[in-house]
Parts: sequence; structure tokens; C-alpha cells
Amino acid sequence: MRSPRSLLGGLLAVLCLAGPISARAAEEHIPLPNEHWSFESALGGFDLASAQRGFQVYSQVCANCHSMKFLHYRDLSGIGLNAEQIKAVAATFTVPLGLNDEGQPVEGPALPSSRFRSPFPNDKAATAANNGALPPDLSLIVNAREGGPNYVFGVLTGYGNPPAGVAVAEGTYYNRVFPGHQIKMPQPLQDGTVTYTDGTPNTLNQQARDVVTFLYWAANPEMVERKAMGVKAVLFLVFMTGLTYVVKKKVWADAH
Amino acid sequence: MAGLHKSDFANPVINWIDTRLPVFTMMQKEYGVFPTPRNFNYFWNFGALAMVNLVIMIATGIFLAMNYQPNTELAFASVQHIMRDVNFGWLLRYVHQNGASMFFIVTYVHIARGLYYGSYKSPRELLWIFGVVILLLMMATAFMGYVLPWGQMSYWGATVITNLFSAFPWIGPKIVTLLWGGFSVDQPTLNRFFSLHYLLPFVLVAVIFLHIAALHITGSNNPLGIDVKTPQDTLPFHPYYTIKDSVGICVYLIVFAILVFFAPNYLGDPNNFIEANPLVTPADIVPEWYFLPFYAILRSVPDKLLGVCLMFGSILVLFVLPWLDTSPVRSARFRPIYRLFFPLLIISVVVLGMCGAHKPEGIWVTLSRLGTFYYFFHFLVLLPVLGKLEKPLPLPESISQAVLGGRGGGPLPSGAAAKPMEKA
Repeated sequence: MRSPRSLLGGLLAVLCLAGPISARAAEEHIPLPNEHWSFESALGGFDLASAQRGFQVYSQVCANCHSMKFLHYRDLSGIGLNAEQIKAVAATFTVPLGLNDEGQPVEGPALPSSRFRSPFPNDKAATAANNGALPPDLSLIVNAREGGPNYVFGVLTGYGNPPAGVAVAEGTYYNRVFPGHQIKMPQPLQDGTVTYTDGTPNTLNQQARDVVTFLYWAANPEMVERKAMGVKAVLFLVFMTGLTYVVKKKVWADAH
Repeated sequence: MAGLHKSDFANPVINWIDTRLPVFTMMQKEYGVFPTPRNFNYFWNFGALAMVNLVIMIATGIFLAMNYQPNTELAFASVQHIMRDVNFGWLLRYVHQNGASMFFIVTYVHIARGLYYGSYKSPRELLWIFGVVILLLMMATAFMGYVLPWGQMSYWGATVITNLFSAFPWIGPKIVTLLWGGFSVDQPTLNRFFSLHYLLPFVLVAVIFLHIAALHITGSNNPLGIDVKTPQDTLPFHPYYTIKDSVGICVYLIVFAILVFFAPNYLGDPNNFIEANPLVTPADIVPEWYFLPFYAILRSVPDKLLGVCLMFGSILVLFVLPWLDTSPVRSARFRPIYRLFFPLLIISVVVLGMCGAHKPEGIWVTLSRLGTFYYFFHFLVLLPVLGKLEKPLPLPESISQAVLGGRGGGPLPSGAAAKPMEKA
């Protein structure tokens, strides 16, 4: 029987074509940490408790410099907050609320429909306040870096003293994972930086894991719905493939 | 009274329409009873798959366009709005984004099938030429579509690729200014790319119509590459190939679904999650995977103009392929030497693709030169010469004889199966 083999050939060609993408890599090969993330497996979801702790880390530490301009407080339902909690969380942030009747800009407590508070009014102000380096927006940061969650985790945990003979420029810090190893962001997290309300030990690794989980959710908020739909779609299509193949056999029975 | 059609349909409404505009008769003739060689393998699914893919792209694209803003200030954010706030926007976008990759996968397999089985040879030259036009239109559409999200790779890819035209002496810089609508990739560029990205798929539909019209004049080629001679060589398109295409469509949709639902960004570039910034150049500017072989050809020579000519030439050479291949035999099954060289062409294209993904340094320069050399050698030297030297294997007398052997044609009469064949 020739046909299934031909089909397999087609699939192989597809794989060959897809190959080069994975071969795309940075110049210098910096080994990234290889953490286990629940959301990376085909069917895996988010550890919601971890994502919520990650939101706490973001709010108390990262948000001092980094915006997340594509997120609204209402989106936090995706990490398991209910409507009341979201309202309460949003109200703790002061954000611009447009113009009043006299045409003057007003500020006030954020609503669930408000965007996440940005720490600086614009990129220039952010750059000026941060030693000439613009803190990138974190809405998509996990998707925007080669290595994804392991890269972000690696940067957060990659601070240390430079190896002997490596000079670090004024105003920069040594980081094992950051390209070029000199980063302008001071070490943001250390053991005990954030105090968790749920009693989880606040080690550096734990805080970094939590905030990466939160950031992965922030970049891919549709993931859980997407994978659930994918399971149904693929099962349906496998069933349809079987059905059409059987019908095909029957139709062709008199033609061979 | 000039030609009312005499319709055979029993349903009075269909009959009434068909009498005045015989579309039902046409569909019946072209897709119902259309005589199709009985020996297609599953590689003959890929044309239908490409058609399905185009419909998916247009359907998702129309809804994306309802929510997208072709404005440099808003484009990136509007894509995030689609991904986060529009109902099932993420699904529309991921289907459209991965649909582009799927479109090229099925089209490349479709082209490779045509190359292996000699589908471009007489009398199907024009059919093939329409196919190459379709490929060019697809590439232009995909390239402009990739610019629309206005990420870093969108912006810098657009800058690098449009700049290629500047290599042509005198007229080059004028072309580039015209493409940009200014003196750099900016608002006018994004706006016209959006307009053209919406237009070209419909041009594509028109050329595909011609492609299929030409196909239905010549009839399909088949894995044996010999002409259909008797009704025993064919089967009606429906139900035999409608059901066989359906099997292929289901398998194709499984692959598509796995990409969309479980690895939607596997074929993408992380840099495109960063908003376009004219002041920051990414470390590596890499086109989408389906352009990598051509990108490697471009970079395989140190001279920009020659590189650009080779890159465009690698597609243009396909236009004259029907006249470069001098062998009278279509299918590689009966061409023992061509059959050995064909995998080399595939390998050279795959290797070129890998070269395109790497910086042109060290081994990748050598490999991309070897790949480029073989690609052009294959079409410009090997095919013309091989047709004269190669001794083809004896061709079967007919499709039905090869497929059915001595068993005859089942319910069909088997008397005429043994007519002597003329050389194609």
C-alpha cells in the first residue's frame, strides 16, 4: 500500500521545513536554567496560587519600574481572583481617570476596567529615571525572549559577583544569563524581598518562580481555554479522520 | 432565442436557475462526474488543501481586519486587543498566523509533487505558469501580512526586504521610495501594506480560478505521468476524490490544530512580541521560515545586486521549467537518473533553509553556496541535459492496465484497456 507512506513523507517534509526554527539561536550559548513549569506541558495549566503570589511580587517590586500596559485589573480573574477581590485590588492603585468637567486631568483609585498602573508617564521619563535604560513593558516579556520562562527566571536568579578578570561598567551589574552579562537593572529579588500572606517560604527561587508564572499567564492569558479547546478539536478531528477513512475504503472498494 | 440551457435537474427551482445560468450543470460536470485519473496518491490532496487553507485565511482575515488598526501608534496594541479582549480573537489570530505557515507547507508539497511527477510538462505548461504566479502572490501577501503586527521583526524584516530593490541600478531607489511611500518604513508603508494585504488574496482567488480552469481543460496528471486514454483510466471526481480529499483535509486539520492550540508561537520569532522600534535593531533579522531558502540564496554571494538577481531568479526559473526539462517522460518513476537527483534538489532547498536561519559565517556560507549552486544546476543544466541522455524505463500501456493488472476494471467494461500508447 503506497498511499499512507506518501502521506508520511509529506509529514516528514513538514518537519524538515520546521527544523530550522529551532536551530535559530543566540551567538554566545549561555546555558539557561531548565526549570519545570506546569504550563509548558501540552495539557498543563497554571498553578494559580503561584500566579497570585507572582502578582504580589510584580505589584510590590517589578511595578516600581516596569509597566504592564496591555493588562487590565479585570483580567486578574484569569489567575483566580473573584469580582470583589479584583475591585479591592484595583482600588489600591491610583491611576489617571481622564479629564474632569473643567478639563483638568484627574487621578483616583483604579476600577476593574482600568489598565494596570504604569510607573512612569512615558518611555523618556522611564529611561531618565533608570540610569539611561528603559525598563521593558512586562505584558509580553516571557514570549518576547528566546528561552521564555527559563530566560526570565535565569535573569532574576542570575545575579552574582563577576568572575575574576571580568570588569563590570559603572552603573551595571553582573548577570550570568543576560546577553553581554552586564545589566542596568539592580538585583530586584533576594531571599525575603516579599512577604507572602499564604506562608509560602519567600526564597529567591520561589519568588522568581512565582513572578515568572504570573508573567507567563500575563503574556498568554488565553492558554487554559486554548488547550481545552485544542483537546476537543483534535479528538473530534481524529474521529473524523477515522470516519472519512472508513468511508473512503468503502467507496473505493469497487475501484481497485 | 439565444441558448437557454436545457437542464436535467428534477428540482424545479434548481432547474429554473440552471436553465438561465447553468452553474449547477457546470458543478456537476467539473466536480461531479469530472473524469479523474484513478491512480492518484495522497500527494494529489495538496491542491485541495491549499484551497481550503486560502478560504480559512480569508475568513479569519476579514474578522481580524474588523479589529486591527493600520496605524504605527496603534497596530501593536490593536493586535494585543484582538488577543485579549475580542471574543475568540486569540483563535482568529493564531489560526491566521499559523495558517500562513500551513499554506506554505501544503503549497511547497504541492509544488514538489508537480516537480517529481512532471506535472509542468506539455500540455500543462500554462497551468504550471499560473501556479508560479500564485506562489509569487502568496509570497507578497505573506510578507506584507507579517509587517502588520508591527513588531520588531515586522519592522526590520520590512526594512531589509524592501531595501533589496535598491540594488537595481538607477531605478532601484525609486522603487524603494514608492514601496515605502516615504524615506523609511513608516505610517504610509503600514497603511499601503494593509490595503494590499487585503487586496492580493482576492487577486489570488482569480489566478487560482484560472489555474483550476486550465487544469480542467488538460485534465490532471497522475503518478504514472501517462495520458488518460480510455474511460477505464478514470473515475468520476465525486465520490472517489471528494472522499479521498476529505481524508487528507482531516489529517491536515489535525496538524493545523496541534500548531494553533498547543504550539501557536513555535514557528514565530520572540522579537515580534516587542513593538517596532526604528532606533533599536535586533541582533538577528530573520524572515519567516518559508522565506529562509530564498534568504540564504540572497546572502550566498557577496555582491548585493547578484544576490538579489539570484533570489528572484530562483523563482523566475520556474516559469521556464517546462522548456528546460527536455525529457518526454513526465513521472520520475520512469526516469531512473532524474529520480536520483530529485532528492538532491529537496535536500538543497532544506539546507538552504537552515543556512537562512543562521548568520552567514563559517560553514553556513559554504553550505549556502553549495545549495544555491545545486538549485540552479538542477534546473539550468541537469534537466536540459538529462532529458537527452537518460534512457527512460518502459511506460505502462495505460493507467488502468498498471493499476488493475489483469483484473479488468470492476464494474466498468474492460475491453479497450489495451490500446497502444503514444509518447507524451
